[in-house]
Amino acid sequence: MLELKNISYSVDDKDILQDINLTIDDRFVAITGPNGSGKSTLIKIIMGLITPTTGRIYLDGQDITDLPINERANLGISYAFQQPVHFKGLRVRDLLELASKDKYDFKAACNILSEVGLCARDYIDRELNSTLSGGEMKRIEIAMTAARGSKLSLFDEPEAGIDLWSFQSLIHIFEKLYAKTSGSIVIISHQERILNIADKIIYLKDGRIEKYAGRDEVLTSIDINLAEPGCSLLTEKGPRQDQNCR
Amino acid sequence: MDAMQKHLLKEVAALDALPVGAYNIRSNGEKAARNTTANIDIVTKDDKPGIDIIIKPGTKNESVHIPVIISQSGLKEVVYNDFFIGEDCDVTIVAGCGISNCGGIGDSRHDGIHSFFVKKNSKVRYIEKHYGEGDGRAKRLMNPTTVVELEEGAVMEMDTSQIGGIDDTLRVTKAKLGENATLLIHDKILTDGDQKATADIQVDMEGDGGSCDIISRGVAKNESYQEVILGITGNAACNGHAECDSIIMDNGVILATPALKAMNVEASLIHEAAIGKIAGDQLNKLMTLGLSEKEAEERIIQGFLR
Repeated sequence: MLELKNISYSVDDKDILQDINLTIDDRFVAITGPNGSGKSTLIKIIMGLITPTTGRIYLDGQDITDLPINERANLGISYAFQQPVHFKGLRVRDLLELASKDKYDFKAACNILSEVGLCARDYIDRELNSTLSGGEMKRIEIAMTAARGSKLSLFDEPEAGIDLWSFQSLIHIFEKLYAKTSGSIVIISHQERILNIADKIIYLKDGRIEKYAGRDEVLTSIDINLAEPGCSLLTEKGPRQDQNCR
Repeated sequence: MDAMQKHLLKEVAALDALPVGAYNIRSNGEKAARNTTANIDIVTKDDKPGIDIIIKPGTKNESVHIPVIISQSGLKEVVYNDFFIGEDCDVTIVAGCGISNCGGIGDSRHDGIHSFFVKKNSKVRYIEKHYGEGDGRAKRLMNPTTVVELEEGAVMEMDTSQIGGIDDTLRVTKAKLGENATLLIHDKILTDGDQKATADIQVDMEGDGGSCDIISRGVAKNESYQEVILGITGNAACNGHAECDSIIMDNGVILATPALKAMNVEASLIHEAAIGKIAGDQLNKLMTLGLSEKEAEERIIQGFLR
């Protein structure tokens, strides 16, 4: 269970987040809200990528506010970057091995990459450099977070930039991750189909929690603009299981 | 061969035992072991220190190991090794030098001059690793020179590295490419402490259809200094690419100088150079996977210099 108490964050006298109090203990929690409302900042603070100006963060009752990123990771928090990071020299295999914390079995890697629509044979030894497209990097990022299987997984707009793949596949990955961890999955998204699987939705506006309640209550009470450009680029193909990728 | 010499052999040539195929192991300035095959002959030079490695035309899937190890403090040597590779060969050559002068007071120095004469349509893979260790009282110095001449259709892949432990080095590579010849160079250098390394790679493309790709990666830690000069001269209708990528840490200094000279209107030459510290996002990403900042840094460098 994650608990945030009186979290605020400001930069140059500009308040990015103001007095955030919340508890996350559900299966799927979506964070939504207008651009600039503080969504990414909020999950970066949970991961330790940003230090809050005030407030405390508790994971299963332990105060983790002053812990560095890696100690939070080892306590069971994972984070999928909105814009995945390039590395010259490090390969997909290297990061999947780190994510899974033991010698990564090729078949397991194949399975997890297949779930994000990439064949392990083609990708496992690719460098995470600029020869991979934004969409490929994003899928690998999702695979890495899924491979970690942490009790708290944070995804920053996982669907953004992915084309020719499906929400259904993405949702399938979240469901499998939950089946493996029985933890909480927190997803920043504007997409109705993502919000529709959420048990609870946090609606952020101007750095404050405008609403945090069950999905239906939030969706009916707040006028959320879900018609984000880019939805039409996604196609419904279902999970790809490449038969040649064994 | 004592335990220290065996350890150096493993570091520079990944050898636990004597290799399969042809080899010549030089230890503390003397021949320690040699083997020749039906296709690969190794002959000691009689006019200067060094050996001639003669590979018969048509030799395929064979290898030559010629590691040099120095565990004697104060030893200084200049060695000339010439490789004569006949037509239509496909061979792997593993060279390298390891110096350990722990406890010694005299500097140890090895200057290896390797010349490759690669005949028509032959393919050579060359792996060279330089390694040093010691307690810092005596210096370890290496100045390798590699000369490459590729005839028509010949291909040479060079994978050269110096990953720490060498106090001062000047690494010179000079290559001349004939018609449709291909040269690929992947050079890696790590310097630490107050070490100094200079790499000067010059490629002359003399024949039409030639191509070369030079990738240089360097990491300079602490107070160390690196200078990298990558030069390509296009004298024919050819393609050349030079990439110099470096990471600086602490008070390290790197000077990268790519230089292209096109002497033919059909020459297409490109260079890229980038120097910077490890990106904060890269460290953060690996920390989200559970590595400490120091472990993340080491992992990034390990991958970068792979």
